[in-house]
Amino acid sequence: MILSQFLILAAALFAFGIYGLLVRRNIVLILLSVELMLTAVNINFIAFESVFRSPDAIGQVFAIFIITIAAAEVGIGLAIVLMIFRNRKSANVDELSLMRY
Amino acid sequence: MTFSAWISEPINWIFLLVGLVVLASGFRVVTAKNVVHAALLLVAALAGTAGLFLMLAAEFVAWVLVLVYIGAVIVLFLFGIMITRAPTGQDEGLDSEKKVVPALLSVGVFVLMAWGSIDAFGTTLVGATGDPISTELIGESLLGRFVIPFEVVSFVLLAALIGSITLARKDLTPIEEEEGRRV
Repeated sequence: MILSQFLILAAALFAFGIYGLLVRRNIVLILLSVELMLTAVNINFIAFESVFRSPDAIGQVFAIFIITIAAAEVGIGLAIVLMIFRNRKSANVDELSLMRY
Repeated sequence: MTFSAWISEPINWIFLLVGLVVLASGFRVVTAKNVVHAALLLVAALAGTAGLFLMLAAEFVAWVLVLVYIGAVIVLFLFGIMITRAPTGQDEGLDSEKKVVPALLSVGVFVLMAWGSIDAFGTTLVGATGDPISTELIGESLLGRFVIPFEVVSFVLLAALIGSITLARKDLTPIEEEEGRRV
């Protein structure tokens, strides 16, 4: 196994995440794309930790922090989506243009 | 390192298999026309990622990923889909019509990152003989050198929990509040 194969896989996942973030209209699907990008970053952390072993396993510790923050982000994000849906009866980003101009 | 030398290692066959699962389901997550399918395909992508973590000597993080993401976050997503009554059948209006620029942008980002990693790391080998990083070491690191970030993250989780409850709970009108007090 070489390091680059994991980095390229993570880059491809990150690129899919960017595509989904820009193309999707539904907020829940945009949050799914963000999860994809966070996972790609985690793969990078774990791959680098596996090659350049640090004394405190820093790469894995940071991957755990990212997973925790992602869980918090999903909780808050879905609560906000719920509020928007309750007020606007829609979860499409195209229709949320109140603060646009 | 040539491709034939790379492919002759059996562990790389497993990598190719798992990597294909991750990439195919990751691609379907952003292109699926069905919202529930997109959320369920994310499970496949994350399970494949956990397999990659196992290959990279990260057992603890792999199982944390399975428990937290597949166990909790995906269920939360499915709840979100059901509650917001997102169109659960086939739906053509799920994506924006302007797809060319995002596709070009993501391909550009991929090419840049892939070129950068090959240029920087070339054929750096992942230590296949190295021992897995033990959970003991991670625990000592979390409660030793990283104890302050660890506490901060736990506080962030608590704040997010309280915040999402406050955001999502329905505010009662004064009349409903009066009736609630009487009952």
